[in-house]
Amino acid sequence: MGRQTEDNRNWPQSKGTAMTRRFAVSGFVLALLGLPVLAGLAGTIGPAFGYLPAIGGNGFTFEHFAALATQPHLMRSSMVSLTAGIVATGISLVMVMLFTAGYAGTRMFSRIQHLVSPLLAVPHAAAAFGLAFLVAPSGLAMRLVSPGLTGYTSPPDWLVPQDPLGLTMIVGLVVKEMPFLFLVTLAALPQVPLAQTRHMTANLGYGRIRGFLIASWPLLYRQIRLPVFAVLAYTSSVVDMAMILGPALPAPLPVRLTQWMADSDLRMRFLASAGALLQLVLTMTAVAFWLIAERAGAFVLKRMSGSGIRQPDDRTIRRIACAAMAVSAAFVFLGVLVLFMWSVAGLWPFPSLLPHDITLQPWMRAFPQAVAPVVTTITLAGASAAAALLLAIGLLWQDDLRAGGALRFVLYLPLIVPQLCFVFGLQILGLALGLEASFLLLIFVHLIFVLPYVVLSLSQPWRAFDRRYETVAAGLGKSPLQILLRVRLPMLTRACLTAFAVGFAVSAGLYLPTLLIGAGRIVTITTEAVALSAGGDRRTIGVYALLQTLVPFIGFLIASLVPHLLFRDRRAMRI
Amino acid sequence: MKPGSKTDGLHLDAISIGLHGRTLLYLSAVVRPGDVLTVMGPSGSGKSALLAYLGGFLDPVFTANGRLSIDGSDLTGIPAENRRCGMLFQDPLLFPHLSVGGNLLFGLTPSIARHSQRRRMVEQALMDVELQGFFDRDPATLSGGQKARVALQRVMLSAPRFLLLDEPFSKLDSDLRQQTRALIFSTAKAAGLPVILVTHDIADAEAAGGRVVTIGEESGR
Repeated sequence: MGRQTEDNRNWPQSKGTAMTRRFAVSGFVLALLGLPVLAGLAGTIGPAFGYLPAIGGNGFTFEHFAALATQPHLMRSSMVSLTAGIVATGISLVMVMLFTAGYAGTRMFSRIQHLVSPLLAVPHAAAAFGLAFLVAPSGLAMRLVSPGLTGYTSPPDWLVPQDPLGLTMIVGLVVKEMPFLFLVTLAALPQVPLAQTRHMTANLGYGRIRGFLIASWPLLYRQIRLPVFAVLAYTSSVVDMAMILGPALPAPLPVRLTQWMADSDLRMRFLASAGALLQLVLTMTAVAFWLIAERAGAFVLKRMSGSGIRQPDDRTIRRIACAAMAVSAAFVFLGVLVLFMWSVAGLWPFPSLLPHDITLQPWMRAFPQAVAPVVTTITLAGASAAAALLLAIGLLWQDDLRAGGALRFVLYLPLIVPQLCFVFGLQILGLALGLEASFLLLIFVHLIFVLPYVVLSLSQPWRAFDRRYETVAAGLGKSPLQILLRVRLPMLTRACLTAFAVGFAVSAGLYLPTLLIGAGRIVTITTEAVALSAGGDRRTIGVYALLQTLVPFIGFLIASLVPHLLFRDRRAMRI
Repeated sequence: MKPGSKTDGLHLDAISIGLHGRTLLYLSAVVRPGDVLTVMGPSGSGKSALLAYLGGFLDPVFTANGRLSIDGSDLTGIPAENRRCGMLFQDPLLFPHLSVGGNLLFGLTPSIARHSQRRRMVEQALMDVELQGFFDRDPATLSGGQKARVALQRVMLSAPRFLLLDEPFSKLDSDLRQQTRALIFSTAKAAGLPVILVTHDIADAEAAGGRVVTIGEESGR
């Protein structure tokens, strides 16, 4: 193993040529990601203070903030979003932390890993619908215990989902964000000497969890800190999940902002922009709170390691952590199952566990209208993921990410600034510049959100590539470009396809940017599905949410099947 | 494909490699065509850095000085892909996405352009190492010795001007190691190529039969 690292250090890519291509791609990507975010923020800030000449705002005024302040229940809407963001991020992180602490390197770890990884492909909206159909008063969970245990023969009058405290929304966010945090943790694990540290702490008598938390977690956390902030920003400003699972009157702030933004009265843009700045403050508050929580956590860890307490038997915590991961995954899988059941259900009155009859009618009825959005979704996702893959390959090829710093941060910028804070501005800018909602513009906006995930997905296998293959090829007289095209990319076929599928899934599940930039004229299966949440026809929702899940799933299916077909006769390429 | 004036050999002129201000090694040597220069040293002594420098891949964290030339033409600063320096590692590093024949075609110099002739030369190269009929095989299905022979032929087909060997025998068991060693050295000798071998196995050095230099901590007299 030591041998391997020595080789990787001594046999880098041809450096001289790397220097000359250094500037082009990274400068382009910096601009591609940085400029829209900054321009979008500017496009939000201007109208918030009354400046939007296109619709007659020329002055500088605080009146829109005053108007915002008079909106009913604004405080409540804000607090629900803020607490949901912090609590959901906290729970997800603690689950991942304790599970990794208790099981890293065991067979259970890889078992849960296989269970959790596919969850990333399930779009937020579909997961939310599935969860809603599970836990609603007339949902599958209640049917399981009714009327036997509860005595209910008609659904109880509970406000679930859409409970006023946003608890269902928090559960929904946890089941979707936990897999993301788990996967970034997995990606960071190889950079931490886990096994040696575990031996060392075990020899000193520390239990698995305590030993891990004291010796490995601080190193690991540093690696996943940016993704954690991305989760925090996302959960504190989420729109689609909040529409489906969050409280209704008042709705969480981001939902209300989106309604204002989509209002046909253009003057509502001022109010929406002022609200978007409030959202920015809200997310910054969440971040500030998180920074304090980090300090507190570090302090607790210090006390833990200073106390010398070993806590050798931590089976209970370990099992709880494992169960939490499994239950969280089960929620999503069962949710998809319930979606499927509803999509083929005929008559399905309340206490019955299963539908009385099966029918294809919901599919027959919904399908004709769903075809066009599905085609749009696939085209949009395919184009943005393909562009992102090309850019990601360019970035990694010129080896700039290793330098870290600015580029790594800018890569996360679209994920750390709440979507609506700059997508609002982008839409307003488009309005001011007289841009029509065009497919090309939408692809570009999707690319901003897709690229970070594609780079994250590809960079791990890219770095693990044995560079001696390139050395051999160069020794055989091949140029750097030939080596890229004929050695590295073919050998990384599977990793490239997986990165493409990840980007495809991100684009397919993207709600807010599609809604706002598409301006109602370009609709995807995701915007259509979320729009159905108001109507509440479970059978149609079932069909749409399933279609929404199937589209990214097919992307992953292709990514795993194609290498088998391409490399049918190459044993080493199929693992 | 034999380079024209192979009389002078490979000249290593006052080559020194340093890392973080510390000099790892200093070396001057001439390797005549068909001769082997063996470089020995413990791990961390800079053996791999030396090969990387000679091959044109040295990581910029290292500082390097000195001149490298072959048959009178200067190679210092020439990009790796233009040096025509064949490398063999301890792993055969056959490209897993290509067939055995595909690997050899990848190596074969582009100066032979006709498809039929390229194919014939690859078949001949396979025959030379007793692997006739292996053209369409998946490299992953080959034994360790067979892979090593394919790797050698892939390098030889690229018409190299010299060979760099980075412990190419260390992963083979002892029988196979002797055969492979003998094959590589005789092939290089027949083609009149200067060879630089890096190893920590004294038996390799003895089999090579040429000059042996030791670098790193142990060299400090």
